[in-house]
Amino acid sequence: METETVIKTKDLTKRFENFVAVDKISFEVKKGEIFGFLGANGAGKTTAMRMLCGLSRPTSGEAIVAGIDVYHQPEKIKRNIGYMSQKFSLYEDLTVLENIKFYAGIYGLTDKQIKDKSDELVQKLGLQNQIKILVKSLPLGWRQKLAFSVAIVHQPKIVFLDEPTGGVDPATRKQFWDMIYDAAEQGITIFVTTHYLDEAEYCDRVCIMVDGRIEALDTPYQLKKSFNVDNITEVFYQLARKAKRAGD
Amino acid sequence: MLFGVPVVQIVLFGFALTNEIKNSNIVIVDNAKDMASQQIINKLASTDYFIIHKELLSSNQIDASFKSGDIKLAIVFPLNFNEDLTHTNHAQIQVIADASDPNTGTTLTNYVTGIVADYNAQFNKDIEIPYQINQEVRMLYNPDLKGAPNFVPGVIAMVMLLVCVMMTSISIVREKELGTMEVLLVSPFKPILVIFAKAIPYLALSIINLTIILILSVFALDLPIKGSIVLLYAVSILFIITCLSLGLLVSTGASTQQGAMTLSLVGMMLPTLMLSGYMFPIENMPMPLQILSNIVPAKWFYITIKDIMLKGLGVRFIWKEILILFGMTVFFLFLSLKNFKKRLE
Repeated sequence: METETVIKTKDLTKRFENFVAVDKISFEVKKGEIFGFLGANGAGKTTAMRMLCGLSRPTSGEAIVAGIDVYHQPEKIKRNIGYMSQKFSLYEDLTVLENIKFYAGIYGLTDKQIKDKSDELVQKLGLQNQIKILVKSLPLGWRQKLAFSVAIVHQPKIVFLDEPTGGVDPATRKQFWDMIYDAAEQGITIFVTTHYLDEAEYCDRVCIMVDGRIEALDTPYQLKKSFNVDNITEVFYQLARKAKRAGD
Repeated sequence: MLFGVPVVQIVLFGFALTNEIKNSNIVIVDNAKDMASQQIINKLASTDYFIIHKELLSSNQIDASFKSGDIKLAIVFPLNFNEDLTHTNHAQIQVIADASDPNTGTTLTNYVTGIVADYNAQFNKDIEIPYQINQEVRMLYNPDLKGAPNFVPGVIAMVMLLVCVMMTSISIVREKELGTMEVLLVSPFKPILVIFAKAIPYLALSIINLTIILILSVFALDLPIKGSIVLLYAVSILFIITCLSLGLLVSTGASTQQGAMTLSLVGMMLPTLMLSGYMFPIENMPMPLQILSNIVPAKWFYITIKDIMLKGLGVRFIWKEILILFGMTVFFLFLSLKNFKKRLE
C-alpha cells in the first residue's frame, strides 16, 4: 500500500545575500514516519525547518507540506502542523491547564473539544495533581512531555520538533521518545532535528546535513552498513570532516 | 555609549539649562504713537529678550494673537502716554503675559520692568520730579501662577512613555527571549493579533493612569481644565497610541529585555525629559536643539494638553499638532512592520 507523502521538497534553497544556508535539498517524508534531521550547528537544519513551517520564504526550489505549497499558502500550513521549540514553548507563568487551554484555543478547538482534550492529556501524562501548578515549578522532564502533547493537541498531520531533548537526562529522553512513537502510530508524522547523534537510532530515516547540503539520507541501519561503522556518530564524523563551515 | 552619553549630557545641560529667555515673540498695541512710546518700543526691540512680532491695531486683537501664535507677551500703551508722562510725571502701561508657564511669565514681565525702569532712569537724571511709569500686569491663563498646569502635562507624558513604550516593548521582547513568540508565529495566530494583544492591556492601563492623574490634579492641586474633557481624552489616547507604536518599534530593535529597557529609557525617555519643553523651555535652546525637539512626540502632546487645559482651545487651534502626532504614529507603525517582516525573512 502506497503511504501518503506529507513533505516533499525539490532543490529547496535559502540564500541570505551571498550566504547559501540551504543548498538544493530534496527529500520526501511519508505519513507516520519519524524523520530525523541531523547536523552540526550552522549546517542549515533550522533554516530548512523554518521554510517547511511557513516561517521563512525559500529563495528557490519547491516544497509541499501537508499538501500545501509553501510559497502560496504559508498561513494554511500553520493550521496543519504542530511545533515544539527548543525552549519548550510553554508559558511559565501560567498553569499546566492554562497552557493546554491556550494552545488548544489558538488551533481552533471548540470549548467542548478543549475540555475533552485537556482531560485526555492530563490523564495520559499523569498530571492530575498538577494541573493548577505553574509550569515553572514543573521539572524539566514533565515540561518536555507537556510541550510535546500541547504541540499535537490538534492532531496535526506533521509535528516539527526543534532540538526537543535539550538538557534532559537519558531516562527522561527515552520516555519522551516513547511518546513520539505513540504519536507516530496514530499517524502523525514526526520531523525532528537534533544534535544528539544517538537519537538518530530512534528515527525511521535520518538525513544528515553538512554545509547546507544533504550528505546522507537513509535508515540508520543502512547508513551504518554503507559507512561500515557501528553507530551513527561515526557516520556523522566521517561526513562532518568534509564540512567547510565551522559550527559551535 | 559610555563616552557619547556624558558628552551629550554636558552639551545639552550646558545649553538647555539657561534660565534666560531670549527671543520671545511679543505684540504691541501702541495707542499713543508718540515719542515716549516709540522710544520704549525701540528699547524693547533692541534687546535680545524680545522680538516684536507685530504691532497690533487694537487691544481686541490681543486675545487672538495669544491663541493662535507663539506670543508670550503683549504691551499696551494708552492714548496719551507721552502727555501724561510730561504733564503729570506719571503714566501707565499694560503688560499681559502668557503665564501658562508661570516661570516664563514672571521672567518676561521682569524684563519689561527692567527695561522701563531703565528708560525712567535716563530721564530722571535731568529732572527734579521723577517720572514714574507703572505697569499693570496681567498674567493670562494662569493668574494665580500655579505650577500644576506646567508639570502635570509633563508627568502625564512621562507616565505614558514609561508604560507604553518601555513596558510594551519589554513584554514583546520577553516572548522572544522565552521562545514562546516563535511558537505563536508558527501557529494560526495572526501576527497582527499578537501585537494587538500585547498593546491593549497597556492602553487600558494608561487610560486608567491618566484618569487617576487628572482626578488627583484637579482636586488636590487645583488644576484648571478650561477646555473640553472629551478633547483632552481624545488627544491623550492619540498620544498613548503614538507611544505604543514607539514601544513596538523598540521591540523590533531589541533582542533582550534589558536591551528593550535601555533603548526605551535612554533613547526615548531621556530626550523627552529634556527636549519636550517640560523641564526646559524650548525657546531657550539653541536652534539645532529646537529643530531636534520637533521629532519628540511628547513635545506636541505637551503643547496640545496645555492649550486645552489652560487656554480652553478647541480642535480648530490644535489640529496641526494632532495631525503631527497622527503622522508620527503611522510612521512608527510602518517602520515596525517593515522591521518585523525583515526579521522573518
